[in-house]
Order: sequence, then structure tokens, then C-alpha cells
Amino acid sequence: MVGSTFDVMTQQGVRWSADQVLALAPDTASRKAGSKLGAAGPWSGAGSSDEGAVWGLCKGSGSKPYQTVVDIADAAGPAYKCSCPSRKFPCKHALGLLLLWAGEDQAVPTGRAPDWAEQWMEGRRKRAEEKRTAGAPGSSSGSGDPEGARRRAERRAERITAGATELEQRLADLLRGGLASAEQAGYGVWEETAARMVDAQTPGLAARVRELGSIPSSGPGWPVRLLEECALLHLLDQGWLHREQLPDGLAATVRSRIGLPGTADGPPLRDRWLVLAQYDTADARLTTRRIWLYGADSDRTALLLSYGAVGRAPELALPVGLALDAEVSAYPGAGQLRTALGEQFAPPAPAVTRPRGMTTARAAARYGEALRADPWLDSVPVTLDRVIPIPDGDSWQLADADENAALPLAPAARARPGLWRLVALSGGAPVKVFGECGHRGFTPLTAWPQGAGEAVQLC
Amino acid sequence: MNRTPTPVDTPPSSAWEELVTAALLGTERRTPPGGAPGREAPVALLDAAAVETVRRRAGLRPARAAGRPEPASEDPRPALPAAAARRLALLLADRPGTGGGGRRGTAPDLMELLPQWLAAANARGFAAPPQTLPALLDAARGRTDLRPAALAFAGPRAVWLARLNPDWRFALRATPGGGTALPQPEDPEAAEKTRRLWEEGLFAERVALLSAIRAREPAAARELLATTWSTERAEDRLMFLDSLRTGLGPRDEPFLEQALSDRSRNVRATAAELLSALPGSALAARMAVRAAACVAVDHTRDSPTITVEAPHECDASMERDGVVPKAPAGRGERSWWFGQLVEATPLGTWSARLGGRTPRQIVALPVTDDWQSELHAAWCRAAVRQRDPEWARALLGAPSAPEAGGPGAVSLAERAKLLGTLGAAERADWVAGFIAAHGLSEAFQLLGMCAVPWASPLGRAVVDALNIARDAGSYPWSFSGVMGLAERCLDPSEASRLNGLLAVPDEPEDASPGAGGYWAEAFQRLVTTLRLRAAMAEELGAV
Repeated sequence: MVGSTFDVMTQQGVRWSADQVLALAPDTASRKAGSKLGAAGPWSGAGSSDEGAVWGLCKGSGSKPYQTVVDIADAAGPAYKCSCPSRKFPCKHALGLLLLWAGEDQAVPTGRAPDWAEQWMEGRRKRAEEKRTAGAPGSSSGSGDPEGARRRAERRAERITAGATELEQRLADLLRGGLASAEQAGYGVWEETAARMVDAQTPGLAARVRELGSIPSSGPGWPVRLLEECALLHLLDQGWLHREQLPDGLAATVRSRIGLPGTADGPPLRDRWLVLAQYDTADARLTTRRIWLYGADSDRTALLLSYGAVGRAPELALPVGLALDAEVSAYPGAGQLRTALGEQFAPPAPAVTRPRGMTTARAAARYGEALRADPWLDSVPVTLDRVIPIPDGDSWQLADADENAALPLAPAARARPGLWRLVALSGGAPVKVFGECGHRGFTPLTAWPQGAGEAVQLC
Repeated sequence: MNRTPTPVDTPPSSAWEELVTAALLGTERRTPPGGAPGREAPVALLDAAAVETVRRRAGLRPARAAGRPEPASEDPRPALPAAAARRLALLLADRPGTGGGGRRGTAPDLMELLPQWLAAANARGFAAPPQTLPALLDAARGRTDLRPAALAFAGPRAVWLARLNPDWRFALRATPGGGTALPQPEDPEAAEKTRRLWEEGLFAERVALLSAIRAREPAAARELLATTWSTERAEDRLMFLDSLRTGLGPRDEPFLEQALSDRSRNVRATAAELLSALPGSALAARMAVRAAACVAVDHTRDSPTITVEAPHECDASMERDGVVPKAPAGRGERSWWFGQLVEATPLGTWSARLGGRTPRQIVALPVTDDWQSELHAAWCRAAVRQRDPEWARALLGAPSAPEAGGPGAVSLAERAKLLGTLGAAERADWVAGFIAAHGLSEAFQLLGMCAVPWASPLGRAVVDALNIARDAGSYPWSFSGVMGLAERCLDPSEASRLNGLLAVPDEPEDASPGAGGYWAEAFQRLVTTLRLRAAMAEELGAV
């Protein structure tokens, strides 16, 4: 029955904006190439269906045009298929096709999908159906060997305990000799320790240790930052070593910070989830995509994480300004904002909802309160209401329009082009700004003008 | 927040400071404060630092707000329609240098469409969406030709932004008064403010002030300039004098006549040039007498012929009237002087001098001793300077005349300038005739003079000529300049006429290999661009 409901509700009333389409691009080159294909010229036989499929033939350099089809109805982000050889995902043809469609051009009329597009859509629908049946209650998840799983978990816990103990020793040695010596020791020592933590199967500790290595070269004030991070690492070690004595919520937070996988088994929460922001960060191994959602009815903020190998965009893509009627389930841990996307009841559709906002003082207090549940937290998502960006020497502040109080921008946010979009949007007048508020300052991600107007992405 | 990475301006929490010092030096050298019994010193230090770190973070409070900037002034213009705003974002996303160059394929060159998008948006008086201003300013920063339209569209908020970001300082320079407000005429203290700004302002502010007043009240600007003229520096006098070009009229003559005796040669030359553009001026009359003495009709030959006797010297009075005595290298000085005399002579004097003939008849007369190109070139310059369409028409001749396409008496650059004195429709007709007779290879410069979108006969002539060029079998990139112009200037309603050209034609034997495919691609791009322009215009409600 679920399947039929899904089909009925995928009717797409409103097309996406060009910005929302371009947000799907895996990199700048693709954005550029896609924009060029977003005009009727190279396309033929393009069309879209009420079920959320968009298709078209794009003339390439060869004699045979590429067959491009996109399924925009999937709430986990659009799915693409193109007969071109590109390894970019989505490829420029898929982006160009969606731009054409977004342009409300007559070039993409509503109609019946050609066979090649219909076959692919049919295959997707069938697989989704199978997955749904497979995931239904009654079918057993897990490997069916609970005793073996328990033994494996115990062995891993022992390794982590050994790793945490070793790390405690190293931290104590560091503090005995003094942080000043760490400046000379350089990066190599920390890389080696991080490798030991990887061996101990604790990716959380490994990542934090690697961070330590970069602090001595991070500019003025580094001893304070290094001491803070060492102390929090020590706190995490101690949390792990004494996890039996911790309350359940905090123990779960420690396990997640250490890097043990959790399952999003919180109770599903259905809401109209507004996509507030989507941005990627990349290190040498992995691209991490963060998507912030705001529940219009529950007034809650939730985080979706998605990963991609280097050079490939993570699969989940939810353009800012869309809202989805869906369930999310929280991962374990006190104050945990990370969720997994559960069942979706309708495809994403543009929405004009804005999150409820607060003052800068309330935002700072919100961060402080969140530290109680998770002392390792760098920032919390907040929406500031009626704030004005103000230049402050080399930096910028977001100041309350009605009070003499301001949050400084985080150092990384000062160099981004989004800062100037925010300043331009404000023009010295109050705006609503969603972002991350923490000990480094405020990082603006999305803003809304005082009057009517769409969300403006700043990241 | 209350804590910044540099502890200088924060009330130091002494416990934390001591922990940092102990950590920096090492617990072997410095015993940390407190310390729990039974814990090793470094571990106790880490315990205390963890508590303190979380405590400090949890205690963060907002800082005092810095000085608030004056808000940007209201932009009263209506907001862009949503579809047009999306289009603008797409055009601005297509920045040069962000993708591979090479063959252009069938996709339109979006950045090239930005100028006309801006013109259409400005014509309709829409306000720029504020969040697009950074990208607009960045685009205008890279392309000076975009600046006037981009800044007009960007409006007051762009100037406000430019004061905050040094990358966009050009926006302040381009705004009259460098962003400082000029006295408004309705201001009761305008006279006093104007005088003060004129006497005490920076050079750029004074130029801006003078230009603004000149545009409104030409005489007032001249009088203002006269109050300080004798005390200005030579470079400044030149710039100020140049601003009188706007609204030039007979009442400026006494002032300009006096400037002919200026100490600076450049100032004298500019004054003479301005006076010669006033056909009723005494200088123009003096030049007419001099020039007329050099040119006559000889009736003793088989047909009436113009004879030229160039001046033998450049006397002091000629020099005072702006004649430059020293000829450039490679030119005879007598012909150099002669050209300057004819150029500054009112064209109206020639009919009387040459037997009551019309300009067309005069231009048709043969000229003795190879003086024709010198004489006609000087008349061309005079026709452009005096904006005389009748003479321009006579000098242009019929577009289909054989010499129009080749190196005739009048060069292409001069023709382009002459076209500028004619009305838009006449210009388009002339260029259409030229292309029909001579093809596209010489047409680029002339096409650049025509109003956009091209009038229908002109558009048809260009498309026909492109079609002929394709059938001749050459590659389309020999015509890439004209093709690019056509993408930007052809009337979008012509798109349907191009449908027959989109297919790849059968290759004739003598054609360049693959040319047909490249032509089809070029025409596809042309059609796509035209459709895009039609969509752009529709989104802006300009149809």
C-alpha cells in the first residue's frame, strides 16, 4: 500500500530553482559545464512525467546523443542515469537537463517517458519496493550469530581501552615536558600516535590526535588551543575508561565520539523538514556532507550526514529551500542532533517556511546548555533573529538589532564569499541568519531578508 | 564573544592562565595550581584544564556590538520577477576563466549576454536582488565595459557595499563625487555648498561637480569654471575644459576664444577643437577663409575639377587657432596643415565656394593631383565633428558602389564614424546594402555601429551572407566575430528563419573537411542564443 501512496503523491507542482539544481553539482567545473547545457540547444525529446522523472537526449561530440534521465521524486535526493562516459556524478548532462527543466522552459513538456527512461524508472521502483519489504518488521536484521557479534564487540572494546590508556600516557608525557616542546616536535609525532589509534580501532581518537598536530602552527594563541584540545582528549579517554559509571546518554555520546558505529534507532519523528543548509567538507580521504533540517512543526533541528569518496559528491543531496514530509530517527547519545532519514511521504517541494529565531544571548546560552550533554561539542545549530552584520576591525560580528550584543564570526567564515552575500542581503538592516554557534564564533550558513524573499545560501 | 584567542583584551581568569603557563613549561618545571591527591601532576593538570575548558566554553556570552554602519539607502525600484532573478544568477555563474576554453560547441556564451540583460533590466527600472551584488561587482571589476550598466543596476546598495570592501573601490570612483553626495539643486544652501566644494574639493570631486552642473545648467558650469580658471594647474585646466564638451553652445564662444591664448598648448588645442564644432564661431569663420583660399573649381578642363593649393606656411594666427605646425613623420607639412584647415571649416561654406553645388555633387567632382583622399578624409572628419548627416551621406556614397568594399577614398573606420551621424534605420539600411554587395569580411566594424536588435533588413542580409559563406565551403570560425555579434544583436524573432540552417549539409567536393558540421553547430548556437535572449526579454517583461 505504501507504494501506491508514494506514486500518487509524487505529483510535482513546483519546479526547482536554478540554484537548487546547481547545488547538486559535485564540483565547480561541473557547475560550469552544466550551466552551459541548461539551454534548449543541444537537447531533443526532453520531457518530464508526473511521477517525477525528467528525461532528454543531449547532443554530444559523437553521432549518438546521450540518454539522460533523472528521478527527482526520491526524497533522498535525485537519482541520475546518463549514457555518457563521465565519472562525475551527477554528470553535466543531468545538471543541464535539470536546469532546462527548472527554467520552466517549454523545452521540457509533461508527457510519457520513452522506453529507455521508463525501464530505468521501473527498475528503481522495483528495487525500492524490495528494500521496503526486506526492511519490514519480522525480517531479521543482523548476522544471526549474536554470540559471535558480542565476542567481536568485546575484543574491539579491549583494543580501544588499550589505545585510550596509551594515549593517556602520551598526554601525561607531553604535559610533563611542556607544550613548548611540542612546537619543536612537529607533526610526525602526532601522525604516529594517530596511526596507533587507528590500529586500536578508534577513529574518533585518531582524528582528534591528528588535529593536535596542526595546532602548534595555527598562529597566535596556539598554546591555549592545544591545552584545550589535550584536555578534551583526556576527558574523552577518561569517559571511555569509566563508561560503566556514566549515565546512559553520556556513555552513548562517548561511544559515538570514540568512533563506534551506532544505529539510528531513536523513535521516528515525522515533520515537514525544511532544508536549512547543505555543505561539504573534505579531507584527504573523505568528503563529508552536512545537511541541516528544521522541523516546521516540532521546532527541532536535525543533522543528516552523508559521505563520499574523494572527488565524488556524497549521494544524499537536498537543495536548500525545499521541504520534505518525512520521518527521521536520532542516533544514540545525549543531545545528539544526528539523524537518519526514514520514510518519506512525499517528494521534496519548495517551501516558504522560515525557522524560528532567537537573540545572540540566547544562542550563546544554547551552546553552553548543549555542552552539558556533550562537552566535546564545537558548535550548535541556531537561527538568529533580527541581526545585523557589522565590520569589527579585520573581522565581522552579527549584532542584535535591538540590543547591544553581538556574536563574532568564526575565523573560517570571514574569508568565504558567503560573508559578502550576507552583508549585501542585510544592507545594514536586520536579517534572519541560520548557522553554527560555538566557541570559535558564529558560522553563517543561510540567511533570509527582512521582508519577503527566498533563503540565501551563504556556504 | 567575551573571549578571543588573544587574551589581551579579556579579563584573565587567573586559574586558567596558571594552567596554561604550567602546561607550556611542563609540570616538571612548574607545579600546576590545585592538584588532587593521588593524581600525578600532569594528569591533575589535564583534569583541571578539562573542567576549565568546558566551563569557559559554557560561559561564553555575546560581546558588545561594534559601531553599526549607516544602513544602505532604500532602493525604491521594484524587485526583479523571480524568473529574471534566476536567469541573472545563471548569467553571473558563467564567469570567464572558470572552465576550459577551446571550441564553443552549441552552448550560448552566457557572459556575453550579461550586458544586454543589464540594459533591459535597467530600461525596465528593476532593482538588483541584494544577494547578487557581490557577484555583479566582481563581474564589473573584471570588465570595465560592464561597469556603467552594472553599477546602474546594482544601485545605491552597491556603493554602500563598496565602502566596506576595497576590492570594489572602483564603484566609488565611478559614482559621481566618489560616493560623496553632490549638492542638490533643491537644497537651499546649494550655492554655498557648491562654491565650497569647488574651492576646497579634491580634483575628482571637482570634476564630478563640474560635469554634474554642466549636464543641468551649461552656463552655470562655465561661470563656475571662470571664477578660478586663471589659478588652475595646466593639467586640471585641460580636464575642466574637456567637460564643456557636454552641452556645448554658441554662448561658450567668448570663454573658449579666450582659452585660445592659454599658456598650455594642449589647452589651446582643445579650445580650438571645441570652437570648430561651433559653425557660427569666429574661429570657424577664420578657418573657412583660410580653407576656401586653398580650394577652387577649375572650369577650364573638360569637366569641372577641384584644384587644391595647400598653404605654404603655418603662421602665428593659424597656430593660435589650433593648427598644429609640426607634421607627424612621413607626412608632408603642407598637406598636414591643409587637412586641419578643412577639418575645422564649417561644411556649410563649401556649397557657396564651389558653385552652389550640393554635398553629393561636390563629393562627385574629380580632384586634381592626388588631393582627393586628403580632401575627402578631412571632410569626413568635419562631418563627424559637426554631426552633419547630409555630408555624411554624400561621403558614404551608395553601399553597393564597388569602391565601398575596397580601399577607396574613405576608410572603413571613417565610414563607421560617418554612419554614427545617421539615424538608426538609415544606418541599418546602409550596412545591409553593404553586406549584400560585399559580404561579411569587412562588415564587422560597420555592424558594430548598428542599433541592437538589428533591423529586419539588416538581420536578413547578415543571415543570407552567412548562408553564402557556408555554401562557399570555408570554416565558420573565419566569421566568428560576425557570428558572435549576430548572437548578441540579431532580433530573436529571426530565430525561426534559421531553422533550415541547423542540419548538417552534404559536403560539396571543394569544401573544407567537416566544415558542414561546424556550421550546423555554429547556427545551433546562434538559434539557442536567440531563444535564450527572447526568454530573457520575456522574463523581464520587455516584450
